[in-house]
Amino acid sequence: MDPIVVVSNLDKIYASGHHALKSINLEIRRGEIFALLGPNGAGKTTLIGVICGLVRPTAGSVTADGSDIASDYRAARAKIGLVPQELATDMFSKVWDTVSFSRGLFGKAPNPAHIERILRELSLWDKKDSQIVALSGGMKRRVLIAKALAHEPRILFLDEPTAGVDVELRRDMWAMVRRLREQGVTIILTTHYIEEAEEMADRIGVINKGEIVVVEEKQALMRKLGQTTVTIGLKQPLRTSPSDFGERPMTLSEDGLTLSFTFTGEGGEEDGGVADLVKRLAAKGVDFKTINMNRSSLEDIFVDLVGERS
Amino acid sequence: MNFFAVRAIYMFELARSRRTLLQSIAAPVISTSLYFIVFGSAIGGRMTTIDGVSYGAFIVPGLIMLTLLTESVSNASFGIYLPRFTGTIYELLSAPVSVFEVLLGYVGAAATKSIILGVIILGTARIFVPFDIVHPVWTGIFLVLISVTFSLFGFILGVWADGFEKLQVVPLMILSPLTFLGGTFYSIDMLPPPWRTIVLFNPVVYLVNGFRWAFYGIADVTVAVSLGLTAIFMIVCLGVIAWIFKTGYRLRG
Ligand SMILES: Nc1ncnc2c1ncn2[C@@H]1O[C@H](COP(=O)(O)OP(=O)(O)OP(=O)(O)O)[C@@H](O)[C@H]1O
Ligand SMILES: [Mg+2]
Repeated sequence: MDPIVVVSNLDKIYASGHHALKSINLEIRRGEIFALLGPNGAGKTTLIGVICGLVRPTAGSVTADGSDIASDYRAARAKIGLVPQELATDMFSKVWDTVSFSRGLFGKAPNPAHIERILRELSLWDKKDSQIVALSGGMKRRVLIAKALAHEPRILFLDEPTAGVDVELRRDMWAMVRRLREQGVTIILTTHYIEEAEEMADRIGVINKGEIVVVEEKQALMRKLGQTTVTIGLKQPLRTSPSDFGERPMTLSEDGLTLSFTFTGEGGEEDGGVADLVKRLAAKGVDFKTINMNRSSLEDIFVDLVGERS
Repeated sequence: MNFFAVRAIYMFELARSRRTLLQSIAAPVISTSLYFIVFGSAIGGRMTTIDGVSYGAFIVPGLIMLTLLTESVSNASFGIYLPRFTGTIYELLSAPVSVFEVLLGYVGAAATKSIILGVIILGTARIFVPFDIVHPVWTGIFLVLISVTFSLFGFILGVWADGFEKLQVVPLMILSPLTFLGGTFYSIDMLPPPWRTIVLFNPVVYLVNGFRWAFYGIADVTVAVSLGLTAIFMIVCLGVIAWIFKTGYRLRG
């Protein structure tokens, strides 16, 4: 697929000597929602910072919609919008003024209709004449989003947009992200709420200690790395060894009443031989009362991936 | 050229001082008026003229210079320091703007404010003492040149400073003393011989004298030297700023 952001061999070593990004290679596809996951200090904000022009890379290159972020920074940056992780606002400006300022700063002619649309979508319209200092934290975050959208970017970076945000705003925000995607905007977000990535993202990248651990289509990731645990509750304690029911490693609980095993994959068509096992159980006259299949969440996958490396 | 960005920054910076109109304009006007009342009217009445200029009129260019220098430096330094302090600088750094456009916005706004203030103080002075300006065009040129140059210097200060104290130290502890000792209230000829030489190492002497020459056609030093020094200082500031943006010094991580 046609990539819109291409990160090649990107390295960042801070002045402190900290190696925050280690030879990152990453392609973001045009029009997708890409979730970047990783524990605190993994390098997510640093990576976004380099792409947006806040952090100078030590080595490597980045292009945004074909424009190099260093040699052709004007074209590259004009297409990018950034909602930073930290709530940094100009306290004494009014909402309308600060959003209009952003549009101008990014080189676009004034367009009050566009600003009004954004403010209405973000439920900021009735606050347009308020000073930012008088807004709540969630409202300030909306203002930051409005600022990032003011110049109609084609690529939007959301660095932990839902940290410290209530349920309603979160829902509004995701609705807006979906609308933007429908308009063809590419969205790259970071989050610590994995269910969010699971719900929203088309693809997921996991970064840990400055290295990309995996980049995968969300479904494929869950299929490939997700595990399904099957638990069978028996009516009578089982006395024979579970190996009588096939080669797969199974565990039997101490009381002999619960038989369980785990297989990789999402389940579905490839059921890990559950049906086969059930037939064998029946053939041997073993009665059971319950069968439970438990698919691991993205969160479990994430913990596995990051845990392995740390 | 990102014209909209320059306009956005410029208007934003002017709006910032409109919010603090009282401090921005009233404070310097009041303090300058006090100087005119004390030095110009009270003491000046007992002073003889200097090179044919009444003492009250003699101090006008120096006092305007004092305001131009301190206001240019504090406005420009504050303008760029504030977004660094609050974190809103992320937006400027991620915007499709060149160094030149950033300067045009920030330094242009700071210089504009200084020029407006300079003109207001000139008007205020005229209320207290009568004077005629001999070279009005040169007066304008000096006004603009010095406001721009010291706004550039203020911009550097605002990028370098890592605390509010440092922002205040330079105008208060360096520029004000240099201006006071730089011949605002006296002609160099009035000093005893060793001081007459020592004072020539104070760059502000040349600025005050250049400006005074534009007003009254009199000066202790050559006007060309005044202009030359200002131009050199401006070029040095521009060079430092170019270096700041090239290396990302204190702006980009
Ligand atoms: N300006 C800086 N100077 C030195 N080290 C830095 C700087 N900024 C970040 N770091 C370090 O680089 C590493 C990556 O930081 P980064 O902010 O990119 O992490 P992150 O993945 O965004 O974490 P979080 O989830 O907490 O936001 C951290 O170890 C951090 O301490
Ligand atoms: Mg971060």
